[in-house]
Amino acid sequence: MSPIWTLLFVVALAAIGYGAGRARAMRSASGDIRNLHSLPSYYGANAMLSVLVPALALMVIWLIVQPMFIETRVQQHIPPQSYADSGALSLIMSDVRRVADGLTVAVREGVFSVDDAAGLNSQSTDIRAALGSVGVALGSDVEPYVLKAAQEYRALSGTGQTLRSIAVLALALAGLIWSLRRTNRTFRARNVVERALLALLIMAASIAVLTTLGIVLSLVFNTVEFFKLYPWTEFFFGLTWAPSFGGGSELGILPLFWGTFYISLIALAVAVPIGLFAAIYLSEYASPAVRGFAKPMLEVLAGIPTIVYGLFALLTVGPALVALFGREGTLGLNWMSGGTAVMTAGLVMGIMLIPFISSLSDDIINSVPQSMRDGSLGLGATKSETIKQVVLPAALPGIVGAILLAASRAIGETMIVVLGAGAAARLSMNPFEAMTTVTAKIVSQLTGDADFASPEALVAFALGMTLFVITLCLNIFALWIVRKYREQYE
Amino acid sequence: MYDTAVTEQTVDQTTTKISARNVQVHYADTHAIRDVDVKIEDKTVTAFIGPSGCGKSTFLRTLNRMNDTIDICRVQGEILLDGENIYDPKVDPVQLRAKVGMVFQKPNPFPKSIYDNIAYGPRIHGLAKNKADLDVIVEKSLRRGAIWNEVKDRLHAPGTGLSGGQQQRLCIARAVATEPEVLLMDEPCSALDPIATGQVEELIDELRKNYCVVIVTHSMQQAARVSQKTAFFHLGNLVEYGDTGEIFTNPIDPRTESYITGRIG
Ligand SMILES: Nc1ncnc2c1ncn2[C@@H]1O[C@H](COP(=O)(O)OP(=O)(O)OP(=O)(O)O)[C@@H](O)[C@H]1O
Ligand SMILES: [Mg+2]
Repeated sequence: MSPIWTLLFVVALAAIGYGAGRARAMRSASGDIRNLHSLPSYYGANAMLSVLVPALALMVIWLIVQPMFIETRVQQHIPPQSYADSGALSLIMSDVRRVADGLTVAVREGVFSVDDAAGLNSQSTDIRAALGSVGVALGSDVEPYVLKAAQEYRALSGTGQTLRSIAVLALALAGLIWSLRRTNRTFRARNVVERALLALLIMAASIAVLTTLGIVLSLVFNTVEFFKLYPWTEFFFGLTWAPSFGGGSELGILPLFWGTFYISLIALAVAVPIGLFAAIYLSEYASPAVRGFAKPMLEVLAGIPTIVYGLFALLTVGPALVALFGREGTLGLNWMSGGTAVMTAGLVMGIMLIPFISSLSDDIINSVPQSMRDGSLGLGATKSETIKQVVLPAALPGIVGAILLAASRAIGETMIVVLGAGAAARLSMNPFEAMTTVTAKIVSQLTGDADFASPEALVAFALGMTLFVITLCLNIFALWIVRKYREQYE
Repeated sequence: MYDTAVTEQTVDQTTTKISARNVQVHYADTHAIRDVDVKIEDKTVTAFIGPSGCGKSTFLRTLNRMNDTIDICRVQGEILLDGENIYDPKVDPVQLRAKVGMVFQKPNPFPKSIYDNIAYGPRIHGLAKNKADLDVIVEKSLRRGAIWNEVKDRLHAPGTGLSGGQQQRLCIARAVATEPEVLLMDEPCSALDPIATGQVEELIDELRKNYCVVIVTHSMQQAARVSQKTAFFHLGNLVEYGDTGEIFTNPIDPRTESYITGRIG
């Protein structure tokens, strides 16, 4: 029985459990719900959960463990001399799975009988041709040990599937019987269901946490690999970034880090004042009509994909800046030689962050109670004095949080940098020069055709890890600021 | 209109501080104040009493144009402060509010230290020459707000960390610190215990020597204790206005009588 059928049976049993649990509870209360400890639906839910939870848990575990188990068993058929390392082994194993799947298709199409498939011999039959005829294309002729392994694979999978269906259905049935036997007038079904819900919520929370942990671990693992191949002092303190896929790369993070920092700084210098002033205007001065129009307009900016901002940087802002600061520019300064520059990316990224800062700050400013403003106005303060001395200080922790959030986004932004800032890793103070950032380099290191085990590719993980640590510190700092001010103000 | 105001002022200049004529207040479609005419005297405590929702707070807020901050609120008629119409376009509401201070129904200290709360008004209006001067103003105001003894050791702790009653006295002290000519108080004692109430009432009595004080209250006893004049509002109308003693012992209007004897409200 395939997993989906098993699942349907379990669900059907659960539905039966719901009805039966309810009915049994009602019967034990002689039809009067006031005699029951809990509402009838809780007894139903309890029976349903007793069927579903253990059976599904078993099924999930089985589905995860069975392939791992079969894999190790099947691998014994592959002679050690036929592969050099674990990469080659996994290639052979994927051949095995492919042949096994092909045999299944062939049996279904009637090319082989079930017994044939189990007893085939690669000398006597051209497996490749036979499988090709049912639409499963193989890259090469089937080695005898691959066929043997594939047959073993099929046999084990088949047994496993049968055993799994039996075990899961038996467990579901056991759950049903057990819960129905427990169901009576005084049974506290409501509390049980409450606990089950709690478990569900905890599970959701742990999935979120565990995923984060998994991401971090995968980063850490690869970063450690990288530092085995490349000295960390050179990575953190090296002043040049010059990867060459032939080896002998210089992989210093500082130029990238500087680019990230510089571009983010310009972006924030653009976005923070404009966003904040826009938020103050919208929340304190604008009439409802203006506000109703301007706020959605600002938020449209937030919905534009970053690649579009990137195009804007490349096609509009860059050339415009060159026209101003370039060799033949209006200002005659000759500061800028090409459209891609820190300034271009910074300006455009700043525009991207404006709605981010303004809509967050607007919400925060609006949440400052009106009584606070009344108090200040009632003392003869003007509107701007009130905003500066009462509203903004009260909203400050939130605003700082918004700014740091925007900073995290600026640091993590990639598309605008790729299109707007160029790809040259450079340590320079001139904002009109092309530079690049950590994220842009992560992309280019992983999209090249470097071997994944080389330092040139693994460096991407080290870069990612560094970025992650920085953003983490930024967030912790944001929390710290918010907490500090909260202590002072509440 | 303006001319009559001037003659009016010369006639009873010593007593009338605020004079309202034919005041109407609308919140969108709600007609909250109807045809109110009243003369509020200087160096006197005037109490506004009346059942909940009758428009006491609304009328009080028209006296320092705090209603300007409510978009849907419209005020008609004229209110003269020292003979000058405060709704005249020439009048700067900010300047006006420095002269007509306000204490709100709910305590609303700023999220700043106790010291900065009090120093807020004096700083804005430049009332202190230097830090020492400001210290003196802060201490004096806190003493007048009957809260000095409780906070003198923690002037730099946040004002929001005080108890509700302490916060309200802080707000009174804050309003007094700007040296207004008129002090409007909207149920200043509704969050206070009897002892703090007594202190605030003493303070109000004290303030009467220099200021014109208007107080909204739900407590008849309080109105009787602290005020010299009482105005009774009902459904947006000013029903009766006169000496406190007269209103409480010998009300003319039957609605006033029912209210003070506890039959409406
Ligand atoms: N901001 C507002 N928007 C709309 N209507 C309002 C507003 N403020 C007050 N009102 C209405 O105006 C009328 C008078 O309200 P007001 O607050 O002046 O009453 P009050 O006498 O102070 O009552 P209380 O003793 O409960 O404080 C009420 O009907 C109220 O619903
Ligand atoms: Mg009121």
